[in-house]
Amino acid sequence: MSRRKTDEEYKKTRAYRFFRWLSGEDEYYPDETRMDMDLLIPDEDESTLLERMKDKQLAKEKAYDEKTNSLLRIFNKLYRIVAVVFCIMLGALLVYNASYLPPVGAADKATNNEVPARYIEKGIEETGAVNIVTGMILDYRAFDTFGESNVLFVATITVLILLRLNKKEDLDKAEQSDHGYEPKNDVILQTVAKFLVPIIIVFGIYVILNGHLSPGGGFSGGAIIGAGLILYLNAFGFKKTERFFTEKTYKWVSFGALTTYCMCKAYSFFCGANHLDSHIPLGTPGAILSSGLILILNICVGLVVACTMYTFYVMFRKGDF
Amino acid sequence: MELVRNFPFFSIMLAMFSGPVCSVLPGKAARVVNAIVISIVAILSAVLLAFLMASGESFVFMMGHFPAPWGNEIRAGVLEAGMALFFSIVMLLSVLGGIKKLFDEVVVSKHNLYYVLVGLMLSSLLALVYTNDLFTAYVFVEINTISACGLIMIRENGRTIEAAVRYMIMSLIGSAMILLGICVLYDLTGHLLMSNIKEQVALLVADGSYPEPLLCTIALMSVGLAIKCALFPFHAWLPDAYGYSTVSSAAILSSLVSKGYIFLLIKIIYRVIGFEIYRGSGVIDVLFIFGLAGMIFGSVSAIRENDVRRMIAYSSVAQIGYIFMGIGMGTQFGMVAAIFHMLSHASTKSLLFISAIGLTDVSDGSRKFGPLTGSGYRNRIAGLAFAVGSLSMVGVPLFSGFISKLLFAEAAVTLTGRMLPVLIVLGISTILNAIYFMKTVIRIYTPVDEVNRVKKEGYEPVHMRQVPLYGVVLCAFVILNVFLGVMSDSIVNLIRIGLDMFA
Repeated sequence: MSRRKTDEEYKKTRAYRFFRWLSGEDEYYPDETRMDMDLLIPDEDESTLLERMKDKQLAKEKAYDEKTNSLLRIFNKLYRIVAVVFCIMLGALLVYNASYLPPVGAADKATNNEVPARYIEKGIEETGAVNIVTGMILDYRAFDTFGESNVLFVATITVLILLRLNKKEDLDKAEQSDHGYEPKNDVILQTVAKFLVPIIIVFGIYVILNGHLSPGGGFSGGAIIGAGLILYLNAFGFKKTERFFTEKTYKWVSFGALTTYCMCKAYSFFCGANHLDSHIPLGTPGAILSSGLILILNICVGLVVACTMYTFYVMFRKGDF
Repeated sequence: MELVRNFPFFSIMLAMFSGPVCSVLPGKAARVVNAIVISIVAILSAVLLAFLMASGESFVFMMGHFPAPWGNEIRAGVLEAGMALFFSIVMLLSVLGGIKKLFDEVVVSKHNLYYVLVGLMLSSLLALVYTNDLFTAYVFVEINTISACGLIMIRENGRTIEAAVRYMIMSLIGSAMILLGICVLYDLTGHLLMSNIKEQVALLVADGSYPEPLLCTIALMSVGLAIKCALFPFHAWLPDAYGYSTVSSAAILSSLVSKGYIFLLIKIIYRVIGFEIYRGSGVIDVLFIFGLAGMIFGSVSAIRENDVRRMIAYSSVAQIGYIFMGIGMGTQFGMVAAIFHMLSHASTKSLLFISAIGLTDVSDGSRKFGPLTGSGYRNRIAGLAFAVGSLSMVGVPLFSGFISKLLFAEAAVTLTGRMLPVLIVLGISTILNAIYFMKTVIRIYTPVDEVNRVKKEGYEPVHMRQVPLYGVVLCAFVILNVFLGVMSDSIVNLIRIGLDMFA
């Protein structure tokens, strides 16, 4: 470092003292104020330390043992009684409150206002979806549904954090114990699965693709596909599923689906809010290629849901793909 | 329409989009993406705030092709933009301040998942701030809850997983109560849009019809949100969750997550139920009394604690008590004080958590007060920052905590029946705060016998040059704190304008 001053001169400057103070190298207190404190941790060898810890643990256990501590026993009993009474009271209060609510199905109920009227009367015309529910969740209120699919995504991330194994040894151990518990080559299961899995998955795809025409949609169809994948995994084991579904698959499929959803909806929100024409044709209601973005969004939601279901199962069973 | 009106929508979408992107990136790239996204959100919010100050009126933004009661809608006013700006700044600093600790405590292969959670947490906070629709608020409350659980347990030791389970149970009870409240309210009014509900509720109150369900829904939503932000009797989940999670998580949870819920409660008070009607219901008195109790009992628990991070966590209980006391006063002044205290507490509590971690690191990782003795000399910048945070919490002039205490006292003077309890409890709580914070500051600046200290491993002094980012973050927090304390007039003015826009 080039310095104009010599070391001696530099040591006299305030900057030097400041940096020394900051680094904690200086004599920060005179001798007479120095306190003679006991050692922070008493010097002891391993065995006495262990004994001390054990004693501490025993004392703790004794303090929380119901047999020796009568006060705790009384408290625990009282706690249970109070908890039950409180829950019953809360339930009673809510039922009492519900009895004051407007009756279900009354014609003059507040919920029968202009909001559902427009959904029912103009739903097909404005969204192009014959299934009004799909039109509502994926077009009128698509922002909420985007939030909802992100709830699924963040739930999977949390499960990955909790259950994905970090070390290679743990993984091998998990694999071995998994092999021990699961029946291998179960003929009945495999034969049934061979017939059922394709049907289940095709049905799931049908439910997703027909989401805007008939009851169903991304959430329910994705759950069906996920169930089919889990059945396949149970019948044939991880070796077969790993050929087409690994962690990479999960990552890229959910990334692709959420990105597509995000891009599509961002485009349509932006156009809608700025009163621009989005140039997305609605098509003829009832045709498979109709209702604008709803079909794409349904596929995205379906992929996210199917991957989520499968990943949950795999994580809970083995801790890795 | 001006481009700047799109900014709330841009910031929510950008934060949500950063989640999936971070999930496919390696940890380091995810960190960079996350920091960039949070900075962009901060800049967008700052521009929006400037625009709203100039134009002087709030606006609504239609999410999609359909107008409000049918489609979704978000709304931006001065208060919303200011909160979004403040939240993103504090979140950026909290994430940056805890990077080093994240490497120590979390497996490297899971770092990108951490930034996914942070991104989604930011998006949910922004959506809670901007939303104009109760159901959208509920959806983002869900995201917030789940990602908070992930943030707590990513450290993966026994205590944090236990803390996360406890947090999840308590938080889900809160969510269920909010959902029940929204359902009852929908049944009564037939709307989910905030402004429409407010009209209908005003009509219902004028008619005098359905008083019991209305009271019930107010109580359910208030108590549900109070559980989620750890108001005094519901705070059992808090010390473990804040005390053992990794430091960025603790800072984000204590300073932002609870504030997001409180902001939602304020929004419900002003924009869903209506301030006068809310004040007329007895629920506000319950919040007031719980707030007062929390101010005392939170501090008492903090004094009894022998673990510095749990002590800071318990101090949060007391500070949340302050905020609810301000809300419970039922006046405009009280609300302004509560909102200012939200800002003050958010900037101070994250500062305290992050500086405490610097002190425990030079004390062999121990959080007990014994080994912490003299740690202020071993890590100067952390010691200084901790002292600043403590002084601010106690309420020393120049720092933000003083202004909020002053505002609370001023607000109390205008009350007729509640002046005495507020002032007495405020005094007692300040003294209790001083007891445990000054105890810690004296402890960390007590010289220890050098011979014993330097010999030991884990007690070596740390220079700022070794941890430059950490030092910069702490300096930024201190500056933010002093800024809130010095520029308080204009900030209070901003909050007043924002609250006027609310109604």
